[in-house]
This record gives sequence, C-alpha cells and structure tokens, in this order.
Amino acid sequence: MQQAVAANPRPSRARSSPGDAIFAALAKASGLLVLLLLGAIIVVLFLGGMKAFRAFGPGFLISDDWDPVQEVYGAAVPIFGTVVTAVLALAIAVPLAFGIAFYLTELAPTWFRRPVSTAIELLAAVPSIIYGMWGFFVVVPIMAEYVQPTVIDNLGDLPLIGFLFQGPPFGTGILTAALILAVMVIPFIAATMRDVFETVPAVFKESAYGLGCTTWEVMRSIVIPYTRVSVVGGIMLGLGRALGETMAVTFVIGNTNRITSSLFGPGNTIASLVALEFPESQAGSLKLSSLLALGFILFVISFIVLAISRMLLRPRLKT
Amino acid sequence: MKIAVTVLALGLAGFAVTSGVAQAQQITGAGATFPAPVYTKWGEQAKAATGIELNYQAIGSGGGQNQILQRTVDFGASDAPMDPAKLESGKLLQFPTVMGSVVVIVNVPGVQTNQLKLTGELLADIYEGKITKWNDPKLVEANHGVTLPNLAIAPVYRADGSGTTFVYASYLSAVSPSWKDKVGAATSVKWPAGAGAKGNDGVSATVHNTRGGIGYVEYAYASQNHLVTVQLRNKAGFFVSPTMEAFQAAAANGDWANAKDFAVNLIDQPGAKSWPIESTTFIELPKNPTDAARSANVMKFFDWAYKNGDASATALEYVPLPESVKAAVRSAWHANILTPDGKPID
Repeated sequence: MQQAVAANPRPSRARSSPGDAIFAALAKASGLLVLLLLGAIIVVLFLGGMKAFRAFGPGFLISDDWDPVQEVYGAAVPIFGTVVTAVLALAIAVPLAFGIAFYLTELAPTWFRRPVSTAIELLAAVPSIIYGMWGFFVVVPIMAEYVQPTVIDNLGDLPLIGFLFQGPPFGTGILTAALILAVMVIPFIAATMRDVFETVPAVFKESAYGLGCTTWEVMRSIVIPYTRVSVVGGIMLGLGRALGETMAVTFVIGNTNRITSSLFGPGNTIASLVALEFPESQAGSLKLSSLLALGFILFVISFIVLAISRMLLRPRLKT
Repeated sequence: MKIAVTVLALGLAGFAVTSGVAQAQQITGAGATFPAPVYTKWGEQAKAATGIELNYQAIGSGGGQNQILQRTVDFGASDAPMDPAKLESGKLLQFPTVMGSVVVIVNVPGVQTNQLKLTGELLADIYEGKITKWNDPKLVEANHGVTLPNLAIAPVYRADGSGTTFVYASYLSAVSPSWKDKVGAATSVKWPAGAGAKGNDGVSATVHNTRGGIGYVEYAYASQNHLVTVQLRNKAGFFVSPTMEAFQAAAANGDWANAKDFAVNLIDQPGAKSWPIESTTFIELPKNPTDAARSANVMKFFDWAYKNGDASATALEYVPLPESVKAAVRSAWHANILTPDGKPID
C-alpha cells in the first residue's frame, strides 16, 4: 500500500484537515495490527512448542516416531505427508488449470467465458469440509472398489515401480488426498493463470499470428514466456493452500503415522494430525507441545512458500 | 436461594459476560464424546423434571480434563479414568455414570454378523500386522465351518484421540503381552499396521468400503447401523456375541469395592457370559467448588439420572450402574464436595 502511495504522488492539497490525520492513523493501525497478529501467532506457537524442541532437539524434525504411549514424538511423518500430498496435488492440478486458463483466454467463445470463470470461482468458495465428505463418500469407495485393487493387482508386482502400488486397498491414502487437494487448488491456479494470460499485450499475440503462428505456438512462444514468473507465483499460491488444508485431507488420507512408499498407503499431514490429536491432549503435556511445534513448522513451510510466490509475482503486481 | 444463585453467578463475571445471560439453573460440562448421547438425553428429561439445564460439550476426554482442571466448566467428563495424582492435585472427585462396550466389526465377503470367532490374541496379531490374510491358518482354525477368503486384512482404527481407542488398546494390552510391550494403551497409540479414520462413523464407513476391513466401534454405533460384529472369546474361554446380556454380565463382575476413585477395570472380566471389552465413563467434579450452588446442581442432576435415567441409558445401549455403586457415589459426594468451611454441599 505504501508503495502505491509512493508511486502515485497525490496532487498537493491546499490544507490538511484533522480527519485526514485520523484516517491515516487508523489505516496505519490496521496495517500494524496484521503484523502484530502474525507475530503473536508465531511467538505463541514457538513458545508452546519449546518444550518439544527442548525434549527432542533437532531430531524432532527427522524422527518418524509418533508414540503417545511412550511420549516420543517426531515430525518427519507429517512433514513428509504434507509435502508429498501437496506436490502430488500440484502435479495433477497444474496441467488441468493450465488447460482451463488456455481454453478460457484463447479458445472459448466470448459468451462462454463468463459462466466458466464464475464456475471456477464458485469452486474456490466450496467449504473444505464439503470436499472432505465428497472425497470420503464418493472418491474413496471408487478408489477402494475399482482403482486400487486393479492397479495393485496389475502393477504391484512390477520391478522398479511396483513399490508405489502395494498394500491393502483402503481407498484412502496419499494419492486420494492428493486428488482431493488437486480439485481444491485448481480454482486458485486456474484463476491466476487466466488473469495473467490476459495481461499479455494484444499487439504481441497479433504480431505472432501475423507471422503465421498457430494458437498453440502463440501460447508456447509468446504467452507463457511473457507470464512465466506470474504463473509460477500462482502455482505457489495453490501450493500454499494445499499445505495448510486440514479437514478434507483428514477424511481421506488414512491418518497413519508411518511413512509408506506406496501411493495408496495411508499417511498424515501436519494440519490433519494437529486437528485429530488436539482434543485429547492434556494441558502442559509433551504431546500438546509437540502439536504446537508442528504448527510452528507448518507456519514456517507456508511462510517460505508464500514468500517465494510473492517474490515471483511482484513484477506483475506492480503493473 | 434463587437470589443467592444469581448473585454467585454474577460473581463469575467472566462467565456471565461471555454467556450474556447468567442462567440460574444452568450447569456446564465438557469432555468425553462416548457418553454424549446419554448425557444429552438425560439433559432433556432432567430439564422438565428438575429445572436444571445441562449444557454439555463433547470436546473429548482430554479436553474435558483440561477444562475442569482450569475450572472453566462445572464438571469434566472422561472415558479413561483420570490419573490419581492429577485428581489429587486438581482437587477433583471422580465418579462413574454409565458403562459401555466396544465391539469389533468386519467386512469379509460371505461372513454374517456374529459368525466369525476371534480371540484377543488374534486381534492383537491382526492389529500388529502379524496376521495379514483372512485365510491365515490361525483364523481358519478358530472358525471351523466358516469359509474365509484369500483376502488381505485391512485393520482400521480411530485416527482421532478417543476413549474408545483407550478401551480397545487396554483390552489388547490385557490379553497380548506383545501388544503391551510394543504399543500399550492410551487415547491414541502408535498403530503398527492399518489405516485411521475419524470418529465411529469414519471407522464404520471405512470398514464398509474396504473389502477385508476390520475395525472397532462403540456398541451403540454398531447396533444402530446394523454392522457386522464378531464373537470374542472371554477370559473364561467362552465365545460370546455382543449383546446387552453379555455387557451386563461383564459389568456385574466389576470389583467396585476395591477400585480407587471408582476407576474399576472392566476389561476382560471373568464369567462365562462376560463380554471382554467393557468400560466405565467418568465425571470429575471439584471438591472445593468456587460456586457451591452450581456444583450442588450437578450432583442433583446426576442423582436424578441415577434414579430415573437407567431406562434411557439402556435404550441407547449403555449399561446402567449397579445400585450399590450409585449409593457409594452419593456418599462420596457427601463426604468430599465441601464448602470452604468444610460443610457438605449436597
């Protein structure tokens, strides 16, 4: 906001009224409040997690043990699950989102663009618990009944890639969670891509068409290079959402604190584990502290992702 | 009386402000999800009979214990008995309300309800990942006459911390030394095999969806949803089906007289008809209440429930307490719940 003010100096005013000063102070206070809140949350999570960090040291990050009976906790399994589901979700969502944005900006008839765009934005407004229920009652049975048994029977014994497709067909698991997450992040990525594709100056595209390029060639050689940075930024935004998603993942991931090599194997994510274990954690216990420490770790991961996305998006946001 | 209550309620300024209106006859409790249906039912009925309005939040046993230790509610509720040292330091009296049972459900093609026979050792082996196929020789041996398919066993457990898990894991610990050694019992444990699902409904839906699935749920849940349950072998060596009769047989064998803080162990009780996975659910009440009138109302509420609530508890598939235990609880109230100058409240 301050950048915007600096970039567009206002015409000099005849005199400043007290109202201006009050408004400026209020606006500044609002801005500071956000920073203060964010800082306070980080501090609280860190202080809450101190006990766990002290008890387990850096080993907390790499230990795959989560044993509430022995009071031994490690963050490796939920960190692994969080990162793998989010990355898999992006691998599924990015091509689809690109297809949607490509169709909407280059191919679709003008009258059709608005309803599809609205539908995508509506998809982003569906509460995550609804995705969770849809995943649990619709996607999981399909995976358990048809997809997983077939794949396990046919690919499970293959050399090299067989380990990715083994284990009992629960229907839940890493891949199912990634599928649901993909559906959830597609609207964000598709909307960002559509918006940045539209920022490409028409004269560039028209010049390319004038040289005899096909639509795909224009996309590949003009639009994507021009918007590359912003597209990556949009993907990072989707990644940020996938990392922090809780309820929908809880329903379909299988909630197991083990690392399995199989895509169909159950796992856990940070947000899901915290949501599940929090109600049964005693105040002042090592378990509660470990959950808060996990929250802090998730905060750090999300912060890194969002910082990268802001960095990549900045040049586009300025224009 | 009423004025005194109102004054006291206003004294709890924080609570009065957050709740907006200070209800003279309202009592608040939080904790275990397992007895929540019967508490809700009792709350409805007791409101008409006694004017006491129960506001119960089923936030989980751990949360209930935290809240009563911080005195943010009038009573806490928990499925696992509270640690005696914590009861002591938190100045809490613990008493039981109802008993309930955990049953095992399966999804094996061709197997009908209560047809399959399992023992605690077999269950522990299945959940440890030692028995992985339904046609394992050990399972076939225990089930003559039942055709078991060559199908992977998919063990399902509660992913959320839960009193049900505590009871089930306590049972496996009681019957299998290897389980006790490697896993143990708590509201959530380190499961060696299988996948987790959220809540009773999550477990039953996952078992339903997964061919070869096996899981554990509270009996009320299995009964209302007509799930495929199994027979278990009890301590006396008999296979029993999960029925109200078997639950009552187990409850009758509980050694209440020698149980400290009423924390009776109903797991794997002797008796030919006893169901092996049975437990009690508890209330924790401050011995030094900040608001005597509210605590008095809590006791009045549960006294009413002890006298009039057995039928609705049974209808919801819980097992009511024996009369002798109820009498013991009443005298414990009288002896332990005191005003600051040491007088009994009830």
